[in-house]
Amino acid sequence: MNDLLDMVSWICLLAGSFFAISGGIGILRFPDFFTRMHATGVTDTLSAGLILVGLMFQAGWSAPLLKLVLILAFLLLTSPTATHAIAKAALHGKQVPVLNPAGELSSKS
Amino acid sequence: MFIAAAVSILVVMALALVRALAGPTLYDRVLAVNLFGTKTVLLISVLGFLTGRPDFLDIALVYALINFISLIAVLRFFDFKPFRSITSTQIILKEHPPDE
Repeated sequence: MNDLLDMVSWICLLAGSFFAISGGIGILRFPDFFTRMHATGVTDTLSAGLILVGLMFQAGWSAPLLKLVLILAFLLLTSPTATHAIAKAALHGKQVPVLNPAGELSSKS
Repeated sequence: MFIAAAVSILVVMALALVRALAGPTLYDRVLAVNLFGTKTVLLISVLGFLTGRPDFLDIALVYALINFISLIAVLRFFDFKPFRSITSTQIILKEHPPDE
């Protein structure tokens, strides 16, 4: 049982690390502010949730489990809010998404 | 396994710092700093379990709170007006035109 919990926890930690690294590569490589925001805003919440759930499996039924649940709930509330606030501020700051060669918005192609 | 997670989080923090230093617009920098702060919370949590001191989770919780509040404060400061649209010199020139 203990080995099973360890295995699940390691799978969660490794998956969270993979998504975190993909988000980091995305914020460095994507051409536009909005695509960068998409890359980080999606993977940020997912990697934080996976890593914290993996730590929860290691914590067991103890006081750190409650703190991990608090951190996870707070991150799940604030991370999409922060991304939304940045996107709204960027739109008010006259940022325009990159167009494709046909002249339409990239999201519609 | 905690070491692998900590190293990958450190790599992501380095990539976010590169974008924060090289970002062409202000919003890229704000986004990168937000990512850096979230990854700092995760790194503190993982380090607490790596060194066997789960008391670090309190610090991670406080850091998550401070990160969100500071992001909203920075965005309030820059919101609803383009950055560097009106400099103080232009305001002075507008109030006191030079040909009077």
